[in-house]
Amino acid sequence: MAEDEDADADADARYDDEDSYGDIKKFIYINRKAPHGTVYALESLEVVLIAAAFDQDVSLVFMDDGVYQLKKNMDTNELEVKNFSKTYRALEMYDIDKLYVERESMEQRGLSIDDFIVDVTVLNSNELAKLISEQDVALSF
Amino acid sequence: MLHIVNKSPFERPSLDACLRSAQSNDAVIFIEDGIIAATQGTVLSDKVENMLSSFKVYALKADVDARGLSNKVIEGIEVINYGQFVELVVENGTPISWL
Repeated sequence: MAEDEDADADADARYDDEDSYGDIKKFIYINRKAPHGTVYALESLEVVLIAAAFDQDVSLVFMDDGVYQLKKNMDTNELEVKNFSKTYRALEMYDIDKLYVERESMEQRGLSIDDFIVDVTVLNSNELAKLISEQDVALSF
Repeated sequence: MLHIVNKSPFERPSLDACLRSAQSNDAVIFIEDGIIAATQGTVLSDKVENMLSSFKVYALKADVDARGLSNKVIEGIEVINYGQFVELVVENGTPISWL
């Protein structure tokens, strides 16, 4: 019957792109802690990389002390901890290229975009609030 | 007396607690995320610079370098290594940690 054929066509269309079943969700990862003193920065990055495998719409936000995570010229040799700086540069290979820094956090700490290891978009608090409100899932570290 | 501050002043007010308790000529060392207080150009830099008139102030090199802040340390704060940290403890006696 014609109706069944339409229903079948719809069902097939949903699986045309074999990598994505259903809607793509907007994920936002909010990073607020300085690197190295606690493990949050590294853990957050690892969760992002895992999520990258699922082809969702991912944004990363760095605010409060989280802005320090993107600082250039980290030398962790003497501390003997993992220097995960360069991993932020690898994110675009996973199609994660929406990185945001909160302007107020950056300025309160005397930092500028020249201090960061990757290109970022600077948002003020209001713009950031709007971005957060548009997300489906928020993970905070 | 030697005071150790290991958390960022933006994360918690441990530095303030330290400053309320420290006496003239005490030594204060910033370690771990605490080194953030020792950097120039922050909204707290003036407060930390003022410490220099009452205390000997230090920052641990390994932590400063790991965060890429070596060229941003407030002038007058001495950046020292672990060996020198041990000497500070020997000179000043049992330290007090402000977590």
